[in-house]
Amino acid sequence: MERSMAYERDLNLKATELRLGLPGSDEPEKPSTTPSVRSNKRASPEISEESRSKGSSCVSSKVESGERDSAPPAKEQVVGWPPIRSYRKNCLRAKKNDQVDGAGMYVKVSVDGAPYLRKIDLKVYKSYPELLETLENMFKLTIGEYSEKEGYNGSDFAPTYEDKDGDWMLVGDVPWDMFISSCKRLRIMKGSEARGLSC
Amino acid sequence: MITNKKPRSSDTDSIYMKDDRTEMSEDDDRSPSPNSITHDSRPTRTYTTGSGPGTGPGSSSVPEYLAPCPDQVLENVLENVLLFLTSRKDRNAASLVCRSWYRVEALTRSDLFIGNCYAVSPKRATSRFTRIRSVTLKGRPRFADFNLMPPNWGAHLAPWVSAMALTYPWLEKVHLKRMSVTDDDLALLAESFSGFKELVLVCCDGFGTSGLAIVASRCRQLKVLDLIESEVSDDDVDWISYFPDTGTCLESLIFDCVECPIDFDALERLVANSPSLKKLRLNRHVSMGQLHRLMAQAPRLTHLGTGSFSPSEDVGQGEQGPDYVSAFAACKSIVCLSGFREIIPDYLPAINPVCANLTSLNFSYANVSAEHLKPIISNCHKLQIFWVLDSICDEGLQAVAATCKELRELRVFPFEAREDIEGPVSEVGLQAVSEGCRKLQSILYFCQRMTNAAVVAMSKNCPDLVVFRLCIMGRHRPDHVTGEPMDEGFGAIVMNCKKLTRLAVSGLLTDRAFAYIGKYGKIVRTLSVAFAGDSDMGLKYVLEGCPRLQKLEIRDSPFGDAALLSGLHHYYNMRFLWMSACNLSNQGCQQIAQALPRLVVEVIKHEDNLDMDENVDTLYMYRSLEGPRDDVPRFVSIL
Repeated sequence: MERSMAYERDLNLKATELRLGLPGSDEPEKPSTTPSVRSNKRASPEISEESRSKGSSCVSSKVESGERDSAPPAKEQVVGWPPIRSYRKNCLRAKKNDQVDGAGMYVKVSVDGAPYLRKIDLKVYKSYPELLETLENMFKLTIGEYSEKEGYNGSDFAPTYEDKDGDWMLVGDVPWDMFISSCKRLRIMKGSEARGLSC
Repeated sequence: MITNKKPRSSDTDSIYMKDDRTEMSEDDDRSPSPNSITHDSRPTRTYTTGSGPGTGPGSSSVPEYLAPCPDQVLENVLENVLLFLTSRKDRNAASLVCRSWYRVEALTRSDLFIGNCYAVSPKRATSRFTRIRSVTLKGRPRFADFNLMPPNWGAHLAPWVSAMALTYPWLEKVHLKRMSVTDDDLALLAESFSGFKELVLVCCDGFGTSGLAIVASRCRQLKVLDLIESEVSDDDVDWISYFPDTGTCLESLIFDCVECPIDFDALERLVANSPSLKKLRLNRHVSMGQLHRLMAQAPRLTHLGTGSFSPSEDVGQGEQGPDYVSAFAACKSIVCLSGFREIIPDYLPAINPVCANLTSLNFSYANVSAEHLKPIISNCHKLQIFWVLDSICDEGLQAVAATCKELRELRVFPFEAREDIEGPVSEVGLQAVSEGCRKLQSILYFCQRMTNAAVVAMSKNCPDLVVFRLCIMGRHRPDHVTGEPMDEGFGAIVMNCKKLTRLAVSGLLTDRAFAYIGKYGKIVRTLSVAFAGDSDMGLKYVLEGCPRLQKLEIRDSPFGDAALLSGLHHYYNMRFLWMSACNLSNQGCQQIAQALPRLVVEVIKHEDNLDMDENVDTLYMYRSLEGPRDDVPRFVSIL
């Protein structure tokens, strides 16, 4: 039993380990797991999770999805279970990484001239007005009215965001859902730079 | 001349397309296909021809050519008659009648179906059947899809394509499933068959865009290039541009699984130059704007895979985007929609014009909510096939049940394939579907919680069920209302669904469930078991009770050698048996191998555990005319 518990500790370390591999790619080492498995063959089904590590199911038991790095897995993930083809899993995992998930979608917010940055959870907001109002409150500034032609009128500030391609875009041009999925960080520009955007 | 053996009906699948389909089923024109016929690889067949074990079937052909005239006339007549036989079962039966029929059937068979590429060698198959136009080959066992098998196990196309290049110059169609295909194989294929028309690769791997480029440029008669859930490596080759500029006869181009970006201009030219194109499934690198342009070029499409279904990012809110609704309205023939790989739900209403005619809709890569789904699905009265993610929740399924009265096939995939979460679909959705979709024939349902009551309800409401696959993702999970095992639910399915041939079980199951399956599952051909059962009795019930069983895949269940031995009478009638992480020992498997010489018994070890200990990680065994294969990797030992 100790071996499988050691394995579980192992797994938790693995779950929080920083590495360059793609999430869910094969763990390089699996040596300690299999021998312990041999002694765990059960005659009757057990519901407890510890004894799940048996046979091929615990060999290369991988953390199934990247987003779980933040919390230790409640149950050990078993190879090939649930039976979803890796192609499908990979497609959906990419989606999950791109968009809001259970852990929230925190992005950095910088304001020109402010001494430090803040972080907000984009998932909490449903629309641009909500987001802008929060930013105004957080940084004690006024952002002004959005117009398609002129950007943000009536203030020295203009909210911008960095998208997936690394470009700085004006907040408000694209539909909210698209904004959420492409926004990597926010920057509220001030002064002449900002005014330049709104002429 | 006429042997006494009754032609046994073929135990192999009669029509491969109805079994284990991963792609969306096509409309009526595909099933039953007139061209899918099997080469029955039962080893006993060599004995029925009277040739004896030492000689192959081909050896009896020489003396026959010296037969006197009346027999020759008879054979000519026979040939003309047997040409009309299309079903595999019929052909296999006919070939058992006598030597003459055997030979003539072999000459008139045009479609070769090999359910297990190791059951027969390319040489043997090509010697017997000399006039083949279409070949279907299946390789790896299904559980390999879930990483239960180390890579490079086998199922190589190479020996097949080499043999066929020599013997089938008129080959037109190749359909492969779970085979390893290299670029060289594709090159050889493209060079060897001048009239090549159809290439379908399902769950294959080992090739890349350079192989595709060769096929595109060399196969001038190509009508169908379907890549379905295959892994295609990016060789940085713009394969689409290799199709001839002068025009193609393409009718179907499916490449939604190809992860590499493509040159859109080349694709647009291709579509414009392919007037026969009816089926087009784009990959996720095609944006909505691009889709719009393609649809304008191909208004007669019947099957459309929409690519990403989101605009490329440089389309601003203010810009006058293309009129997607009109684009869909113009494609009046669309009956099958899929794609939606990166869907922005705001754009979903664009498909409304085609909903009324849709028979097949695949949202299984689209994270849509019930709210987004409802207005769309309420128009899909003719829908027969629906694949979707569980993001639509029970509520979404209720909407489906309310409208889709013609539904035949439903697949509900999990957005999050984990065990420890609440899960958005449950017995509520299943119950609703069973009440609303009475014509249901096939269901695949992933969920976190289920009740026996809902499963029983489905067994009674949907008597036409042929395929029932329920995956309760939490291992060993009981009925979440009563706390009971799921035995009664699955028992009701086998009892009440008289047409059931394919079953996948899950949840907490005792031997009782297997007793039910053995007692009532008399026509079950495919059974998938995971984390189930109490003892050897479970497997025994099934092996002793299910005479039609052909494909049995089991993982992580407490079945041991005694249970394995109880199936000796049946293994020659099966395509394969897979057992991983069960209680098997080398000794038990050895006994099987010794008792059944025509069975190939593979013991697959995991790569980090190559020392010979008594326990068997994975057993994969199958009947074969050839004995142990010669391309065995080091982690496989054949007993």
